[in-house]
Amino acid sequence: MKVLVPVKRVVDFNVKVRVKSDQSGVDIANVKMSMNPFDEIALEEAMRLKEKGLVAEVVAVSCGVAQCQETLRTAMAIGADRAVLVQTDVALQPLAVAKLLRALVDKEQPQLVILGKQAIDDDANQTGQMLAALLSWPQATFASKVELAGDTVAVTREVDGGLETLSLKLPAIITTDLRLNEPRYVTLPNIMKAKKKTLDTITPEALGVDVTPRLKTLKVSEPPARSAGVTVPDVAALVEKLKNEAKVI
Amino acid sequence: MTILVIAEHDNSHLKVATRNTVAAAAKMGGDVHVLVAGSGAQVVADQASKVAGVAKVLLADAPHLAEGLAENVAAQVLAVAQNYSHILFPATASGKNVAPRVAARLDVAQVSDIIAVDSPDTFQHPIYAGNAIATVQSSDPIKVITVRTTGFDAVSEQGGQAVIETLAAEADSGLSSFVGREVAQNDRPELTAAKIVVSGGRGMGSAENFKILDPLADKLGAALGASRAAVDAGYAPNDWQVGQTGKIVAPQLYVAIGISGAIQHLAGMKDSKVIVAINKDAEAPIFGVADYGLVADLFQAVPELVKAL
Repeated sequence: MKVLVPVKRVVDFNVKVRVKSDQSGVDIANVKMSMNPFDEIALEEAMRLKEKGLVAEVVAVSCGVAQCQETLRTAMAIGADRAVLVQTDVALQPLAVAKLLRALVDKEQPQLVILGKQAIDDDANQTGQMLAALLSWPQATFASKVELAGDTVAVTREVDGGLETLSLKLPAIITTDLRLNEPRYVTLPNIMKAKKKTLDTITPEALGVDVTPRLKTLKVSEPPARSAGVTVPDVAALVEKLKNEAKVI
Repeated sequence: MTILVIAEHDNSHLKVATRNTVAAAAKMGGDVHVLVAGSGAQVVADQASKVAGVAKVLLADAPHLAEGLAENVAAQVLAVAQNYSHILFPATASGKNVAPRVAARLDVAQVSDIIAVDSPDTFQHPIYAGNAIATVQSSDPIKVITVRTTGFDAVSEQGGQAVIETLAAEADSGLSSFVGREVAQNDRPELTAAKIVVSGGRGMGSAENFKILDPLADKLGAALGASRAAVDAGYAPNDWQVGQTGKIVAPQLYVAIGISGAIQHLAGMKDSKVIVAINKDAEAPIFGVADYGLVADLFQAVPELVKAL
């Protein structure tokens, strides 16, 4: 069977982003971009299913600007068989991405779509669920274990206070949590091989999807700064401050 | 304008996250209704009807709603969605699971994790793991929103006199089924809901050494957390990870021990009310956000602290 893995190009998680002085957004010019960490986990899981012989083909997809090609090359260096870029300069919101992915699912007919649970830029945590809704497929979000068996998939999910296991009928949507696996490193020979793999480009118009943003961002501001703290000389002083000044213990 | 809040519960108790969400709804104005979808959940509906500010409770009770499966709960919400201007979920694991499913079916955008309400259509929410706050306006006819519970003080669990209306349960989707649950077996509070969090970093040195945090957490009734460095080094399990790629917490008191304070970690805890840092490196960035800093060797300071409490 075929697995689709959507990947997003985001500001690298080690970069401290700065808000633009005109409050129109964060400044992402000239900062390092990488694949969203949760998407690396999604791709790793797809590769492991392929290596177990349960999956025949892994297709990576990204939606966004032309530079998302780099992210897709990384995905193919990790092991994706081929890639599709839905290219647009419009700032895409999760609902638009979910609609683009639905159109691709209709074309590609995968049995499983594995996404990251959220992107570390907009922190929305919506796309997988929205895609499941649009397709009327079952969903298992925040996955920490995935077991494919026949026409069902058992997924253990990280929920508040523990774990729960669901069984989904295929085709299905899974979103990954941190604990699912440890993504492999990309090796140089694989980077070279990835250059030869197929990367198709398509537009939202060709897929018949309206990607106009629905939410209007009025401003983006700095979070309130914390007031400067004090250094205490010893443990006794610390306990005294916590009890009497901060009153938190 | 009527607002629907989706209750967080376990079929016997209404969770406090529901009351944080009612508080956010109250800031939007209009009547607040609460939907309890569950199995044998009459007792939860009774609790919801007493919550201050709730005008009506809708109860949908059926065996296939017992485990909060996204497909079934979303169908239940969609059955009444057109009666509402706003549909609010707590931004908990279950709220985040279901809300986007509802939004997509209604063909509306969702606003995730709001921390403030500017007006009935304008909300603030953190992006880039809290390094920026976006103010967004929605023009959708129904606004689907998840509410960061640490952003709103819970309304009182007493004082309301809501009527309870029973809804017909929607049919089971049959797409997914519940297999089992493993509840974390410890007496410690859950990391994201804890009032106090004690976290260790790379400075702990080993998984063995991490155990010196146990008596401190026990004394404080705190949850244990860890930095990504500590998790990557194998000192702590990765569901303890606090940070941009882990859990985001905002407790009353956050005690960072042997944590340098990388951006990735700060993003997960800097909304804590009071931050304490214990680190032997006086130059560590964690001291830049700490309300109280103690420059000391943690292997001496932690046992001393346990004794002093």
